[in-house]
Amino acid sequence: MTASDGNGGAPAVDLSLMEPVFEKYAGQPGALIPILQKAQDIYNYLPPEVLQLIAERLGIALSKVYGVATFYAQFYLERRGRHVLRLCDGTACHVKGTPALLAAIKDEYGIRPGETTPDGELTLEVVYCIGSCALAPATVLDGRVMGHMRPTQLLQRVKRQIGSPLCSEEKNLEERTRRSR
Amino acid sequence: MAVTLKINGQTVTAPEGATILEAAHKAGIHIPTLCHHPDLSNVGACRICVVEVEGARNLQTACTTPVAEGMVVHTDSEVVHATRRFVLEMLLSDHPNDCMTCEVNGDCELQDLVYDYGVKWPEHHGTRHNWEIDPDPNPFIFIDRNKCVLCGRCIRACAEIQNRDVWNFAYRGFKTKLVAGADQFMLDARCESCGQCVAYCPVGALYDKMSLGKGRANQVQKVRTTCSYCGVGCNFDLNVRDGHIVRVTSAPDAPVNGMALCVKGRYGYDYVHHPDRLTAPLVRARWLEGVEEKLQSGEWRVFISPSSGGNGRDSSESAMLTPDTFIQTDWDTALDVVARKFAEEKRLRGPTAFGMLASAKCTNEENYLFNKFARQIMGTNTIDHCARLCHSSSVAGLAISFGSGAMTNTIADVTTQSKCIFIIGSNTTEQHPVIGVKVRRAKRYLGTKLLVADPRRIDIADYADLYIRHRPGTDVALLNGLMHIIIREGWHDQEFIAARTEGFEELKATVEKYTPERVSEITGVPVEQLEAAARMLAENRPGAMLYAMGITQHTVGVLNVMSCANLQMLLGNIGKPGGGVNPLRGQSNVQGACDMGGLPNVYPGYQPVTDPAVRQKFEQAWGVPLSDQIGLTVTEMVDAAGRGDIRCLYIIGEDPMTSEPDLNHVRHALEHTHFLVVQELFMTGAAELADVVLPAASFAEKEGTFTNTERRIQRVRQAVEPPGEARPDAWIITQLAKRMLALGAASPRADAPYAGWDYVGVSDVMREINALTPIYAGVTYQRLEEGAQLHWPVPDTQHPGTPILHVNKFTRGLGKFVAVDHMPPAELPDGEYPLILTTGRVLYHWHGGAMTRRARNLKAMYPEALVEINPHDARKVGIQNRQLVKLASRRGEIISRALVTERIAPGLVFATFHFPEAAANFLTIAALDPVAKIPEYKVCAVKVMPVSEN
Ligand code: SF4
Ligand code: SF4
Ligand code: SF4
Ligand code: FES
Ligand code: FES
Repeated sequence: MTASDGNGGAPAVDLSLMEPVFEKYAGQPGALIPILQKAQDIYNYLPPEVLQLIAERLGIALSKVYGVATFYAQFYLERRGRHVLRLCDGTACHVKGTPALLAAIKDEYGIRPGETTPDGELTLEVVYCIGSCALAPATVLDGRVMGHMRPTQLLQRVKRQIGSPLCSEEKNLEERTRRSR
Repeated sequence: MAVTLKINGQTVTAPEGATILEAAHKAGIHIPTLCHHPDLSNVGACRICVVEVEGARNLQTACTTPVAEGMVVHTDSEVVHATRRFVLEMLLSDHPNDCMTCEVNGDCELQDLVYDYGVKWPEHHGTRHNWEIDPDPNPFIFIDRNKCVLCGRCIRACAEIQNRDVWNFAYRGFKTKLVAGADQFMLDARCESCGQCVAYCPVGALYDKMSLGKGRANQVQKVRTTCSYCGVGCNFDLNVRDGHIVRVTSAPDAPVNGMALCVKGRYGYDYVHHPDRLTAPLVRARWLEGVEEKLQSGEWRVFISPSSGGNGRDSSESAMLTPDTFIQTDWDTALDVVARKFAEEKRLRGPTAFGMLASAKCTNEENYLFNKFARQIMGTNTIDHCARLCHSSSVAGLAISFGSGAMTNTIADVTTQSKCIFIIGSNTTEQHPVIGVKVRRAKRYLGTKLLVADPRRIDIADYADLYIRHRPGTDVALLNGLMHIIIREGWHDQEFIAARTEGFEELKATVEKYTPERVSEITGVPVEQLEAAARMLAENRPGAMLYAMGITQHTVGVLNVMSCANLQMLLGNIGKPGGGVNPLRGQSNVQGACDMGGLPNVYPGYQPVTDPAVRQKFEQAWGVPLSDQIGLTVTEMVDAAGRGDIRCLYIIGEDPMTSEPDLNHVRHALEHTHFLVVQELFMTGAAELADVVLPAASFAEKEGTFTNTERRIQRVRQAVEPPGEARPDAWIITQLAKRMLALGAASPRADAPYAGWDYVGVSDVMREINALTPIYAGVTYQRLEEGAQLHWPVPDTQHPGTPILHVNKFTRGLGKFVAVDHMPPAELPDGEYPLILTTGRVLYHWHGGAMTRRARNLKAMYPEALVEINPHDARKVGIQNRQLVKLASRRGEIISRALVTERIAPGLVFATFHFPEAAANFLTIAALDPVAKIPEYKVCAVKVMPVSEN
């Protein structure tokens, strides 16, 4: 079963990928949060049809699922690109040139903070101080902090990251979780 | 175990588990609250109710903290006050300063608290939200999140009262937002527009959209009354300003429904003030004299139907005058025309020339008067009403099985005492919404088992423990199959059967033949489901059965009803709390219209016209000889009118042009009726064909009583004046009766106690009902005004009423098992008409639709007729969702849009009868149940095909 409506023309969400998840947590009424986590692992965000499906399968109201999904910062309800670039626009970074970085990304990829390129490759997010002011302007690409970025340098890095099939936000995350264990 | 504690130095005892708030409240000590509501669970969200508990580190929220032995509580100390003030300051720092124009000014819990605690408006405040005002297209519910205090009462009302779970909070901290579903529009998040969330909102964040700017609490008068739609009998307050109903508000002490209402009750009131209302008596020119002069002088006017778009035209021209033209006359003229014509027909042709249709929308008093008019003045028993078309099989079937035909238990009893509720043939959520709500609550909070059987996957099926989809017209087979299993397993209540019933052996022999395999073949229900259903019924006793038109509207309606009775007697579920056979009645006063003699075979209170002793009683009371002939039923009346045997029809508050089966036939009959009088609110299909149309008053414009589906008698109270010359039905009938008497059409003996028609108000009519109707003997206005909750029978003024029937003894003595065999419906699909049509109704409309189609927003929600069809069948004939289709039977055809949905089984289509232009009853078959004479609305054969848009 796939659904294509309500996803802004984006590729259809393959709901059947959720089946193993439901199987795993069958009969565990309190499993909403782990199920949401697994779903996000699968789709990289929580598409509305998936929230709806989870509500139906767990027999709880959609409003409850949505309440939980929005309560925790770890969940994303917007589609995110395979690569996520975070630019810090805290005071230090702002002064040291983040506006120029934002402009460069805008010129090159046509996206503003919170947006994703139409090909689903890159999402741009803005954060306010990540505690690395010494590296200002600080940027984070797929979970890796990069300091003292200049626009051309940043564009290069991003281009390289997108070109590499082995690197993505998920992969880096996985790697880091593995390391932290 | 009771607990003793001290609150503000006062010693208080409270039951264990009670909260400090409850204990204080009982001791008369006030603690302020905001997120708490006595109907809802407590979440302790707002912290307004904080109190000091000695020994506790922090202040405690009284609404969630349980009492403990020896607890010492202070509710009014300085620190408590300071904290409450702080909470209020925080709320105000993110609240618009808008009390001047706020809808709930004067009716706002936040305002009252701020006033009580003397909190000043914070001039320096942090960031305030700036939510969009009224962002949701739901036509009934207005949202202003800027005023939301995040108390969560709406969330809990929707979850705990309505069981819809539409609302929740999303995000957190300052970003916390009240959202519907996944931040969707309400209607996309399963909202059914009941308005419960509005009713429980303590501030102006949720409000009734139709009432915006129409008047605030101190500008309206509230009039408590009973809903005019379905038979649940909800009470509410009509809010009146300057002679207009501007809002309906919940009445917390409403006996049936509490704060709960459905979309029709809460938001369907605007038909009362609709411009289409009839405001003057209308008489066809051919029955009048001197029309030209009266038109010239402006005394009368030519009537132009408001629905035909003739508004505002100068209608006094006589150029377009034909004998058929409707003339707006004065009451004297119209009443004289009718009285003279009736008197003349009676003189020339006798009482058999008359037929009368009573109304399930009129009060008990009006129906009593109408029945008296038929029997005393016209001398005929040919009086009937549309209960024939919905529940005559219940009345007849239950009379055979139990001795009297009405809901055996009460709504509260069924929804709180039952272990298992079995719903068959009742679309409870949409047709009896507040009962649906209570069933859902029972299932969710009391663990009541819910078994639903219906050919359509109706909404309530989504809540069921087990849903059975049987083929239409196979109810007897299904019930026999369940009884087969119950007897096979020895689950039947042998003690009850031996002591209270007869006919068990015959039943046993019959259901013996209904093996699960055979039943599965007939009904299409898998054997395992049959076994599981029987087990559920057997293991969860007492269990109650609810049914409605899915059972009654068949050629085998009476047999279906008796099968329900069989099953419940077999399980020993009769005469006890939580049990019973409970037909849900469709209209506000359909029970009352039956009770008041709106039936051809009985006087008020089901006293047979054929019983000489009864007849003699009424002859003495009314002072005339009465007919011992049982009259004609509605469907027979239509036939007789078509043949010309009935020359005069007098119809009040009913439109056979939408409700009867086979409408083309009905139109023919009404057109050929020599003299047709219709008393109505609107120009209905029947009114269009009438000779005289008398404008009647709506429920909000008169006094009286309604009897709801559980036999409870409740007051209807006048809130506004009728428009123009419209008058209450009671007034019109009385006026006609007096004129008939003056013309000598009947001559009652002057000394008979109830010969006359000089009533002083409706309570005077009720006194006459008390005297002549044993089941209503103790139902007085005084008792009703004092708040007595009366379910008939009420044999005298001391009697408390009878919530549960057949407690130690059936009305007929022993309960009777009637062995019944499955018989196929009158018309089954074949090569030419391959689909089965089943008919019904939807949440947003009611009955013939004359009222709901004139409630602006109800119409907006469901603006046109839809035919439901399964995707499988749709594909076969090439029909897309929302495409125009033609539906045809051997009797007629309609054009309508298709709704392609899995809710309906393959092989079946579903249509409603709310919309005259596409009324399902052009297709239905006038095949009748042989006993009850109810038509088979639920099954006929049709074909469906796509049609092009132009
Ligand atoms: S909701 Fe209450 S406090 Fe808020 S503006 Fe309206 S009346 Fe005033
Ligand atoms: S109107 Fe009724 S169903 Fe809709 S959100 Fe409010 S309480 Fe829930
Ligand atoms: S909308 Fe009303 S009831 Fe709902 S949380 Fe806000 S203030 Fe409370
Ligand atoms: S301001 Fe960017 S890291 Fe602190
Ligand atoms: S009323 Fe007790 S916390 Fe809100």
